[in-house]
Amino acid sequence: MGATTLQRNFVASAHRRPAATAVVEPGLGAIRYDALDALSDRMRDWLVSAGVGRGDRVGLFMRKSVDTLAALLGTLKAGAAYVPVDSTAPAARGAYILHNCEVKALVAEAELLPRLQAELSALGAAPRLLPVAQGGSPGAGLAAALDGAGALQTSDTVESDAEDLAYILYTSGSTGRPKGVMLTQRNAVSFVDWCSEVFEPCKDDRVSSHAPFHFDLSILDLHLCFKHAATLVLINEDIGKDAPRLARLIADERISIWYSAPSILALLAQFGDLARHDYSALRQVLFAGEVFAVKHLRALGRQLPIPRYFNLYGPTETNVCTWYEVCMPVPEDRTKPYPIGHVCSHLKARVLDEAGAEVARGSEGELCIAGPGVMQGYWSLPEQTARGFWTGTAGQRWYRTGDIVTEDADGCYTYLGRRDRMVKRRGYRIELGEIEAALYKHPRVKEAAVVALPDADAGVIIVAHLAAHDGKPPGLIEMKRHCSQNMPLYMIPDRFAWQPSLPKTSTDKIDYQGLKALG
Amino acid sequence: MSEQDARHKIKDFIMAQFLPGEDPAELTDQTPLISGGILDSIATLQLVMFLEENYKVSFEAYEVDKDNLDTLDLIVRLLATKTRL
Repeated sequence: MGATTLQRNFVASAHRRPAATAVVEPGLGAIRYDALDALSDRMRDWLVSAGVGRGDRVGLFMRKSVDTLAALLGTLKAGAAYVPVDSTAPAARGAYILHNCEVKALVAEAELLPRLQAELSALGAAPRLLPVAQGGSPGAGLAAALDGAGALQTSDTVESDAEDLAYILYTSGSTGRPKGVMLTQRNAVSFVDWCSEVFEPCKDDRVSSHAPFHFDLSILDLHLCFKHAATLVLINEDIGKDAPRLARLIADERISIWYSAPSILALLAQFGDLARHDYSALRQVLFAGEVFAVKHLRALGRQLPIPRYFNLYGPTETNVCTWYEVCMPVPEDRTKPYPIGHVCSHLKARVLDEAGAEVARGSEGELCIAGPGVMQGYWSLPEQTARGFWTGTAGQRWYRTGDIVTEDADGCYTYLGRRDRMVKRRGYRIELGEIEAALYKHPRVKEAAVVALPDADAGVIIVAHLAAHDGKPPGLIEMKRHCSQNMPLYMIPDRFAWQPSLPKTSTDKIDYQGLKALG
Repeated sequence: MSEQDARHKIKDFIMAQFLPGEDPAELTDQTPLISGGILDSIATLQLVMFLEENYKVSFEAYEVDKDNLDTLDLIVRLLATKTRL
């Protein structure tokens, strides 16, 4: 018996519960485990006949669909690593990623393909292509594409090794070029097993798939769901940010485990009109990716008091590495964000100083993580990979998260900010996130993001980018008065820039690079 | 120069330097400047330099604080003790 792998988990579920619903595409239909298993087998066969095998990469340039999931599972069954690419981002970015990790084959949505192909040719990349047209039912598009490929020899599902790559997720690099985070079967399976232990999913669960597949939140959605033969409910982009429609969909689809970035939950709390729907099926609300502003979390808990709430923390490089269960209701007088919590049981954590030495408990330092969930490295970036780790005395690799934390007496970690979001102004150390937290306390502030810009005179100037509820921003005097009551004077932003809403990245996080470019 | 002229001139200075874009009607004679976060320590010194240059007066270090400079009313009152507004 080989190592436990993502594909082995899926196949076991398909054999255990063939007639169970594997995936729902709201508005389009659903697919059973046996049908998804068969379709992904055909995908595997196409890939194997195209020469794809263990150690290869397969690009997925498609919107979220059953077709995409079958292609993803087929890739794993062929022993290869899948590389999901944001099909809504510029084609040049997608082409860069696919070329960078040298995908051997590419499954792409037919209508998105011409522009991507032009960019790929310009780079001299020519992977084997499988264009997929949209079908009338879940999986029909991929099935038709495979029909068109003719009869294929049936191959076996490959028994991957634990150290084989399972997927590569590209994240924005500080250099401006996306970098590929390489995650192995061991990384993925150890994380999924930890999720099983904490969230105890069962076959009757209906798990949301809100995050796009190129975002690491999707790993929990997909692979935890498939391991437990539960049902995955796909939520596509256009509905994903439309709070009233999303609120109805969560109720109608009787989603029981929800997982998304806090910004979506904040939208639901404000505009979802949640009292109109029945959420009796919803038993867990998980969120990760950024700090959940306490006032929005309080509002959500007030409207949905029944589910358990979990704050999950972790970069793509480790997936979730700490977790904290938030007890409802959130006290009225609480303004401080919740801690990121305890280290997950499959990982180890340390708080290190700038020289890599462990700090005294309670002191500030960088959170570093070791264990089976930690990435192998960045694709073909050995120097960046080396910079990303401290090597311990026993030769253990500690991934440097770049996040500054403190550890409480009970082993619970509190997030203070990004290593690169600490600025000094007039000799004071300022954490930009602390200013944001204070700005959020203003009743009219809907979104707040603070950036520091270099300034010849002052060293840095601090700019608060804000969006107001109902689009009517308070005046400057009012904002400065609010700041003076909620932060030391040296932290008060130099400028307040109001916008209808703050720019977001494709993964729904506030786009700080974009804000910095605005000045 | 009358007290009213000084009040307008100081208000214009604060508006231009520290409250660009704000509606001038929002800055009243009683709006807290230092305790209201409009003037930080450096801005307060800039205001004092402006007053010293324009009205040929000088301020003692102990005078440069919230008790004496927190509102337009207080600033004009302190200035009046140093000049014949």
